[in-house]
Amino acid sequence: MDRILYGDNQFFAVNHISDAKSMEQSIRFKEDDAIIATLDQAIDSGINTFMCTTHDRIASVCNAVRSNPQKYQDFKIYPCMPYAHKYANAVTELGIQGTIKQYVPGNFFGSIFKGGKALVSKDYLSIMELLVDAEMKMFTGVNTPVIFLQNVITDLLLGLGMGEILKGFHDYVRKKYHVEPGFITMNLPKLAETLEILGIENPIICASINSANFRMSGGKELYEETLRTGKNRVIAMQVLGGGAIPPKDALSYVCSLPNIESILFGASSKRNIDNTVSTIQEFDKKYHNQ
Amino acid sequence: MSQNLKVALVGAGKMGLSHLSILGAHKNVQIVGVCDTSLIVMGALKKYTQFSTYKKFTKMLDEQKPDAVFVAVPTKLHYDMIKELLSRKIHVFAEKPFCLNPTQANELAKLAEKHNVVNQVGYHNKFIGTFKEVKRIIDSGALGEIYHFLGEAYGPVVTKKKDSTWRSNPEDGGGCLMDYASHVIDLINHLISPVEKVEGTLLKSIYSKYVDDAVYSLLKLKSGASGVLSVNWSDDTYRKMSTSVSISFTEGKIISDASELKVFVKNEGAIAGYSKGWNVRYITQLTDQVDFYLRGEEYSAQIDYFVNAALKKGPNSINTFKSAAHTDTAIALIRNNSKTRA
Repeated sequence: MDRILYGDNQFFAVNHISDAKSMEQSIRFKEDDAIIATLDQAIDSGINTFMCTTHDRIASVCNAVRSNPQKYQDFKIYPCMPYAHKYANAVTELGIQGTIKQYVPGNFFGSIFKGGKALVSKDYLSIMELLVDAEMKMFTGVNTPVIFLQNVITDLLLGLGMGEILKGFHDYVRKKYHVEPGFITMNLPKLAETLEILGIENPIICASINSANFRMSGGKELYEETLRTGKNRVIAMQVLGGGAIPPKDALSYVCSLPNIESILFGASSKRNIDNTVSTIQEFDKKYHNQ
Repeated sequence: MSQNLKVALVGAGKMGLSHLSILGAHKNVQIVGVCDTSLIVMGALKKYTQFSTYKKFTKMLDEQKPDAVFVAVPTKLHYDMIKELLSRKIHVFAEKPFCLNPTQANELAKLAEKHNVVNQVGYHNKFIGTFKEVKRIIDSGALGEIYHFLGEAYGPVVTKKKDSTWRSNPEDGGGCLMDYASHVIDLINHLISPVEKVEGTLLKSIYSKYVDDAVYSLLKLKSGASGVLSVNWSDDTYRKMSTSVSISFTEGKIISDASELKVFVKNEGAIAGYSKGWNVRYITQLTDQVDFYLRGEEYSAQIDYFVNAALKKGPNSINTFKSAAHTDTAIALIRNNSKTRA
């Protein structure tokens, strides 16, 4: 994985500290062209990996990538699935069964639901696989070396003790897409422990890591301890603590930690993208002599 | 294992599964049973988890004898189930909205007190760092008297005409007033004072046939403060539910949502750590770390609070049945008011 990954929160009005900022972003990135132009600026700044949720609008980015193979030859996308709000709003409205009916393609489950029959385990894994395929459809012909499960699903399954489904996702991504599976989580220590028990070696895990101790469940010290084991390929996200930490301090902390393979960040202006990239490079030199 | 609380869940829908996951990761909780009628959900739990699953609620109680039960079934089923639990002296965490009417809510609140069991309702906003800070500032009295407020919530739940579900049936606890506005009403009850009188209400149906999609109401609180309630669950300019309050004081103003708190202080030195003029604080500075995170710190924090109370390690004063009954009373006042003025 590249050292620096570019995220998509700014494009979809995800802002952890301000609703007003969310709306500004929503207006600024109303047109898909605005997203693609900003991505191009990120590429100009030396970034080659875009990590994004499987939001409907990413389809336009994929179209742009497919129609300019030369321009985007080194460009990679890490899809993170599912776009949770789509399903969360559907569950509120239609219930769990109704949502599965709406989003699982084909008529595979129609007969099962009608008959009121209990599902067997093969069926659950099939549901998962069909949902993964549905989310991956828009990425056909795009280079996606890592496919992530979003934190809301990873952590839901983690708490429920449904490790087998996490393993099922992991195995399916490798088998069907021949790429690396990854997990986003807000509970790095617990997930790392669980994946190890499931026999998943050196997993790719993306988690909040910041000096503010924000969204680091169990606390910063426990996270640092997990990092020191060196048993996981870790991507640090929310490194700026939602924007509450001054960028220099924030990046210095993350760069100083051991065994963080990549740093994920989002920014909407060329100036902020450049600043972040050069600051990370500067601290990497200082701490890792890279 | 004597430190562990034996917990069961009834209702494994969206909120139920979210609670179950947090409980499953909780170091002081042992999950003894899950009850629901959904074949697909129960099948998955049976196959992939260690939890004992039940179709019949009373059978689960008889067999597992839980110390506490999380009730996350539709509101219309709350009254009978919770009454059963209270009669067995089982601690209860109930999802919101609490009951279909204030009579039921008050009866359950009295019963819970009589049986001396821990009782809590899932109005999670009170566990959000920004709103906790709003409460602290209000209670300090530093900004003087509150004369007016604006309580708002917007989100994209019903954004087109669709088939009906229990949420679209007013008798089942559906509609924006019951499901969405209840959060804001409860927050106002908690932060300022309970709603005492309703001066005018518009319940609007935008896409739904049988229930309200928006609530606009003019309220009077017991404290004498007045306020406007503006809630709309058919607003797709929001990505997810967004709740906010704006409170006008004689000596300042507070504007807060779940992520950002803005405080205007008229007099220097009124609140320690805040200076004259506007002060901005973010959730990142105001939130306490939790042991396990799913969808928001507040969901774990409210469960920690309940578990601690049930294990006699903490108080049971936030989100009690009694406070939820105030909210149910306010909901009834607003609904009746909308009918009389129609």
